[in-house]
Amino acid sequence: MEIPKSFLGYKRENGRAGTRNHVIILPVDDISNACAEAVANNIKGTIALPHSYGRLQFGADLELHFRTMIGTGSNPNVAAVIVIGIEPKWTKRIVDGIAKTGKPVEGFHIERTGDIGTVMKASKKAQEFVMWASEKQREECPISDLWISVKCGESDTTSGLASNPTVGNLMDKLEPLGVHLCFGETSELTGAEKVCATRGATKEASDKFMKTWSAYNDFILKEATDDLSESQPTAGNIAGGLTTIEEKAFGNFQKIGNCKFIDVLEPAEEPKKGKGLYFMDTSSAAAECVTLQAAAGFNIHLFPTGQGNIVGNPIEPVIKLTANPLTVKSMGEHIDCDVSKILSREMNLSEAGDELIKTTLKVANGRLTCAEALGHREFVMTKLYRSA
Amino acid sequence: MSTDIIIHDKKDNVGVVVIEKITPKQDCKCWIMENDSSVNIQSADEIPLGHKIAMIDLKEGDTILKYGHDIGKVVKAIKKGQHVHVHNVKTKKW
Repeated sequence: MEIPKSFLGYKRENGRAGTRNHVIILPVDDISNACAEAVANNIKGTIALPHSYGRLQFGADLELHFRTMIGTGSNPNVAAVIVIGIEPKWTKRIVDGIAKTGKPVEGFHIERTGDIGTVMKASKKAQEFVMWASEKQREECPISDLWISVKCGESDTTSGLASNPTVGNLMDKLEPLGVHLCFGETSELTGAEKVCATRGATKEASDKFMKTWSAYNDFILKEATDDLSESQPTAGNIAGGLTTIEEKAFGNFQKIGNCKFIDVLEPAEEPKKGKGLYFMDTSSAAAECVTLQAAAGFNIHLFPTGQGNIVGNPIEPVIKLTANPLTVKSMGEHIDCDVSKILSREMNLSEAGDELIKTTLKVANGRLTCAEALGHREFVMTKLYRSA
Repeated sequence: MSTDIIIHDKKDNVGVVVIEKITPKQDCKCWIMENDSSVNIQSADEIPLGHKIAMIDLKEGDTILKYGHDIGKVVKAIKKGQHVHVHNVKTKKW
């Protein structure tokens, strides 16, 4: 198949391109959710991103909070941002971070005004932003403007056999065209970590990966009360035939095809070394991982599933694929790309990879994903430890 | 060219059922992806889609190989053709 060299995206002030044109209402903290949701309810075409944190965090955990907030607002799928927080200082820090992209952003704080006054002021600005953004047109953008993140979920053995290798096939075909790629799920590489480390493009990248994996593994061993058998693999994984974390890891790892990763990113860290594949240190929980990848600037997501994970994200479209024919039959409304014919040998991996590329470009051009149509907007902040 | 079981690597001692289920004493066709070869096996158990079948007799302490790699240890002896899962295999990690 000849791979299209461009897609229709929204060009942003900083040179990036978006696959979506969202105006978001971003609460700085948990207690500003009500205000943000009221604004989104008033002004049609905006989305509120409520979450559970943002108070009394400190150190690396607070830095991650800011990185996630600023990164989410800076994502090229976002046209403009309203930031609402309880206090002015942290609100301003997030506004200033997002403003570096050149996109319209305005902050409001609730103290000394109250919810109702804040909702009124923020709604007026949100209306202005959304009407401005609605004039934006899609333009031809090079395929290298796609930043593709991947994460699998509710995996079963069909993931490792077919849907994950389909993503790997797509990576092998798109990497030479200059796209940015990202995989994560640190804990879910356990058992395959040494093999994964050999896929660093440099010794530095390999060493950084092993250091990151070891730190996460030490944390898990320290906190685990038993053998993690209730969590990894999950009950869904086991029902689908996955027996051990090692088996899950080798299946997971098929998603990167033959690509080598050029760097290891902190959670929500924007890649800085140019085109190519990156590994990000993330949890293996679906919504947490996708939220971090979106905050790093990735603008389209591929999500292979076995038993049928249904996750979505408010700003980054999440494309689901599966090779499990029972999942296609029983929950087809969640599946954007069906590659189950690989198991019956009616389709080979390269054909499946081509199908996934076609689906990815359709979604990049504006076709809604199943998760978008069904209203899945899971926005889940990663928290490193308890607040002060 | 349909198949009942797919095996990732020729070194693997387990295969994955890729039809809705196999029944006891069913003669199954297996496809080895790595070298595009075929073998046959008779099942001993009912095994659902996505679950693993032992391609050889395995004793306690043996290593399960899938993708050509170690994915865990046998904790209860398994006969060729039997269901391989959490009741007879455990992780070597955690």
